[in-house]
Amino acid sequence: MSEKTLSEITYRIRRFNPERDSTPHWEEYRIPYSAGMTVLDGLWRIKETHAPDLAWRSSCRMGVCGSCGMLVNGKARLACNTQVTELGGGTVVVAPLPNFDIVRDLVPELAPMFDTHRALMPYVIRDDAQEQEHPTGEFWQSAHELEQYLQFSYCIKCGCCMAACPTYATDALYSGPMPLGQAHRYNSDTRDGGFSARKRVLAGEAGPWRCHYAGECSRVCPKGVDPAKAIQLMKRELVLDYLRLHKEHCPAPVAKKPTEGKRRDNIPEAPPPTV
Amino acid sequence: MIESKGHPNRLGLWGWFGGGRWGVERYLYTLHRLTGLGLLTYFLLHILVTSSRALGQASWEWAMGTVSGPLFKFGEYLVFVAFAFHAINGIRLGINELGFGVGPPIEPVYPYRTSLDFQRPLVVGVLLLAAIIVVMGTLNFWVLD
Ligand code: SF4
Ligand code: SF4
Ligand code: FES
Repeated sequence: MSEKTLSEITYRIRRFNPERDSTPHWEEYRIPYSAGMTVLDGLWRIKETHAPDLAWRSSCRMGVCGSCGMLVNGKARLACNTQVTELGGGTVVVAPLPNFDIVRDLVPELAPMFDTHRALMPYVIRDDAQEQEHPTGEFWQSAHELEQYLQFSYCIKCGCCMAACPTYATDALYSGPMPLGQAHRYNSDTRDGGFSARKRVLAGEAGPWRCHYAGECSRVCPKGVDPAKAIQLMKRELVLDYLRLHKEHCPAPVAKKPTEGKRRDNIPEAPPPTV
Repeated sequence: MIESKGHPNRLGLWGWFGGGRWGVERYLYTLHRLTGLGLLTYFLLHILVTSSRALGQASWEWAMGTVSGPLFKFGEYLVFVAFAFHAINGIRLGINELGFGVGPPIEPVYPYRTSLDFQRPLVVGVLLLAAIIVVMGTLNFWVLD
């Protein structure tokens, strides 16, 4: 549908107010279309003109903060990253992300996802606590080593992958693609030495073995993170570890400061580190 | 774990069959689970039927007579089709789930290329192979029999 032929647009929104409703219901709103309008822009318009009590989460409006994940026309997406014209010009159907309880209207309860995420220790784990607390330099890493986890580090924790995963749809114990993908992001970081610690949490039915590569998580991910790939790569590492063939890397050392060379006169000294 | 007071919204089985706009791997996932459940049911029935031999000749003959009708023959054919798909697709899943054929980590540049695109040739191969086996089995079941 071209922008020129679209003057008004209908939104069908799943509403739920825990103080008033026992179950969610649908409501329709008609609003004027404006060029370049995103699904999020439309929600703001509805809030301003029709339904001041409509609730959702959003912040950055540019696909960075990860708060505006919703089910838009049957697919989990970021409302701020989805143009209304992308949806073909028909009714825009918006519902809260499935597989999470509904707090209110389009607000999903993401706490279980973040609990699981936290349990999988999504941070660099090392033995040298002193160096981590009071760093004397950067940890050394090659460009190739960086590539092994860079893709997975683009995750903005929007939860779209969790809403699309068929395993998570029937199995509340399964950790889900976001936390598992992030566990692999740190496992494959050469600065990290936490593979064994995470392995203990990954064992059992919460772990990656419940994933059977339906790949929906990767299909809906708005940042190209490809959690399905991360999970399959992690399974390989776990199998190799079981066969005692997994190469446990020593966490990357602190990069040596250059000792040779002379600073050019016109380049000022770097400011003192703040952390 | 924080206790949620929200309204439950887990898709359940609808997450397997519907619930959104899914791709081919999603349907293969669902079909793999369904055929797995079908095969499991068949194995249980198979054990039940063959164990009737332990109760003597008469009960064995009664059990064999019961399962020899056209409905059971068609059921057996469905078991064969389910087996062909489940076995061949299982090999694909085994390969993928060991991290092969999904491609290396790459810089995500829009439009994103996911691991699904990397392994798609494997899906096509699997479906073709399963189709060939099903056609051969169909001939054997219904034509050459
Ligand atoms: S992996 Fe993608 S879809 Fe999942 S939480 Fe991260 S950014 Fe969102
Ligand atoms: S690949 Fe695994 S985690 Fe991703 S949607 Fe499928 S089952 Fe869920
Ligand atoms: S508002 Fe931040 S990602 Fe959409």
